[in-house]
Amino acid sequence: MSELLQFLFSGLTVGAVYALVALGFTIIYNASDVVNFAQGEFVMLGGMITWFAHAQGLPLPLAALIAIAVTALLGVAMNKLMIEPARGAPVVSLIIITIGASIFIQGGTQLIFGKEIHSFPAFSGDEPLRIGGATILPQSLWVIAGALVVYVALWLFFTRTLLGRAVLATANNRLAAQLVGINTSFVMTLSFALSAAIGALGGMLAAPITLTAYNVGIGFALKGFAGAMLGGMGSPKGALTGGFLIGLIEALTAGYVSSQYKDAAAFVVILLVLFFMPQGLFGRKSTDRV
Amino acid sequence: MRLTPKAATLLVLALLVALTPFFFPSGYYYRVGALLFVNGIAVTGIVILTGYAGQISLGHAGFSGIGAYACALAPTHLGLHPALAIVLGAALSAVLAYLVGRPILRLKGYYLGVATLGFGILVSMVLNNERDLTNGPDGIDVPDLGLRALLETWGLDLTNGQFWYFFCGLSLILGAWLALNLYDSPTGRALRALHGSEVAARTVGVDVARLKLQAFVISAVYASVAGSLLALQNKFITPDVAGFMHSIEMVTMAVLGGVGSVLGAILGAGILTLLPQVLTVFAEYEQMVLGLVMVLVMIFLREGLLPSIFKAIRGKGE
Amino acid sequence: MSDLLSVEGLGIAFGGIKAVNDVSFRVRAGEIVSVIGPNGAGKTTLFNMISGVYLPGSGRVVLNGEDVTGMAPHLLARRGLSRTFQNLQIFQSMTVLENAVTGYHLQERGPVLADLLGLPSSRRRARTADAGARRLLARVGLDRAAEREAGNLSYGSLKRLEIARALALNPKVLLLDEPAAGCNAVETEEIDHLIAEVAAAGVAILLVEHDMKMVMRISNHIVVLDHGEKIAEGNPAAVSQNPAVIAAYLGAENADG
Repeated sequence: MSELLQFLFSGLTVGAVYALVALGFTIIYNASDVVNFAQGEFVMLGGMITWFAHAQGLPLPLAALIAIAVTALLGVAMNKLMIEPARGAPVVSLIIITIGASIFIQGGTQLIFGKEIHSFPAFSGDEPLRIGGATILPQSLWVIAGALVVYVALWLFFTRTLLGRAVLATANNRLAAQLVGINTSFVMTLSFALSAAIGALGGMLAAPITLTAYNVGIGFALKGFAGAMLGGMGSPKGALTGGFLIGLIEALTAGYVSSQYKDAAAFVVILLVLFFMPQGLFGRKSTDRV
Repeated sequence: MRLTPKAATLLVLALLVALTPFFFPSGYYYRVGALLFVNGIAVTGIVILTGYAGQISLGHAGFSGIGAYACALAPTHLGLHPALAIVLGAALSAVLAYLVGRPILRLKGYYLGVATLGFGILVSMVLNNERDLTNGPDGIDVPDLGLRALLETWGLDLTNGQFWYFFCGLSLILGAWLALNLYDSPTGRALRALHGSEVAARTVGVDVARLKLQAFVISAVYASVAGSLLALQNKFITPDVAGFMHSIEMVTMAVLGGVGSVLGAILGAGILTLLPQVLTVFAEYEQMVLGLVMVLVMIFLREGLLPSIFKAIRGKGE
Repeated sequence: MSDLLSVEGLGIAFGGIKAVNDVSFRVRAGEIVSVIGPNGAGKTTLFNMISGVYLPGSGRVVLNGEDVTGMAPHLLARRGLSRTFQNLQIFQSMTVLENAVTGYHLQERGPVLADLLGLPSSRRRARTADAGARRLLARVGLDRAAEREAGNLSYGSLKRLEIARALALNPKVLLLDEPAAGCNAVETEEIDHLIAEVAAAGVAILLVEHDMKMVMRISNHIVVLDHGEKIAEGNPAAVSQNPAVIAAYLGAENADG
């Protein structure tokens, strides 16, 4: 029993990071129909920049804020320089553009920060908490809380604020949104900033546990992507659930089946979900219009 | 006389294979050339899948992995001749593509992308983890094809580099010929039709599911043969051949040069094969440059390099 | 003459809203039946159900005596049903000839291996289809545009290209969704003649068209839909006098204006 609990704890921890990546995917996907494969790089940047700023002697909270702000700016730059000019390009092109961006960011990070693996101190110490015979790191609670807070904040933003509704309206029908006076270009910029910031937050929260290096992004991107698809593309609720589910499945596979195949589990589940309900758990059904 | 696009493509390829060695400063370039041709074969498969039929795969390196490891394992474990191992790998890839493709190809766009991606990752994971069989991430030796020795007894004495250069070159021409045949054939027309509009293709009687599956299986065989040739010429292979990055590389090469045309895609394969060779001087910047090239080409030359060049020439002519 | 197409109590709902409800009619060989009604009456949805694009929620579609309800479009094509689309479904990056040739898919298809190897049998099949497609293009007046990329053609030409493609199947039943939309008076008349000609050859034609003059001129029978329901049917003269039809159209116009 305590063993199961232990697996659940570790599943929830990584799941929270995947959920944050998936939420980032969802925001951009909703605003632009683009699946941003560089989402994982935002996570990587969040961890790496925090590490760097902290290593320069800045206090951790300030370092974290800087990391989030810089990553958000990079997200905006990516939108302006790479996504906006490619408006209307086919799906294959967009996949290649965002993967190109991902490789570019990785290369740049490697050049600036090197290839080493880095970490920084956990926010509330390394003393594990004992719950029901299992242990959980305080940092895990930070990560899980981070995912939940971001989700609630996003929910409030999308349902309670004018700006949030503008984003949803743009997602729904870009032309109509423009006609009623929504600045859709600003909405796109905002989405990338928000998405990058959320990714960076995830990376910053997770780095003390998972460690960070220039090449960790792609793994996060694929799992987060898997989570978003499992939940149903475009649904924030789906992203949160899907991310946590992928984390849990991974941890349970590692615990009970084979730690080598833990990454495989996520993709097997994805394949199954796609076969049996191609719209994911919470996705909307679409009908081809003729 | 006016050449058909098919004849022109084959002529260009034949000249390329036959004449470029005269400009090689050293024997090393035969290796680079052979690598280019191997990538060209894989990419030609992508042309059939993505360029003709309009379907995305982010996991085709999985089939290259199967082709490569078939050549590494079948000779030692099954006592098969390496040449037959290529065929076995291709057959295995075809069967697997058929089984996986049936459910997967119902999906569209990003969903198809992630499903194929998942498939590729599973293959690469098996190759990495089944150490008893594959020797894991360290890689495994691959036996000699033996064809060069055979040619030598016939009086054709080639260096190892030269042999693989011409062998892969001829294989690429063969692969391109098949793909070009397909383009104008009834099957090719139906594939391009379902690319244009699935609904309309269905209403003229195209069994869309079946045709997508055919394209998927054919392109898997291309990827598998490319993997086999890569393994055999290096006499060594690691699971990276099946990795995510290799899948992405294949698609990028094809789209970079122009996924709608065989020659364009091979041009793309050429550029991405040569780029790292040129950039070895700036090894540190290699990744950044690669990423940047991918982005810039997709933004400024949407249909890929070759179609854009043709368009520019035609535009000036008119 | 026998019914080639018979629609019995066909209906479908999207999100609880009945787009088409309990619609029945039949089309005999050589007959032209038109479906008319205000925008949003469910005409295209009806077409989509008959041609297998949508799965009907209720009712039956009987094609040449066989129940084909919910059958996949490509299987319907094999049984002799062919259609055009209101919002063009053209293969944009293929040439005009290639577009028309796809209509011969069922005749020209063969083993994929033969196609890969470029065997003589494969080329023969393709050539035969090419020749047929060229004849059809001449029939709709597009023979001179054969080698052009279809995406570059005018709307009216594309409409005719779709008709050519649909005719290439040599259908028993032909569904035409607004074939004359975007065509000028001369082109409309040409399409008129073409449709009459095809019907005279024994094809059952189901037509959706907004050009009322054309509908009245060529239809043997008219079915009127409003809000997804059949509100009237009969020959052109009877339908044009029908008070319910007049009300539906006037009502729609008032609502629009």
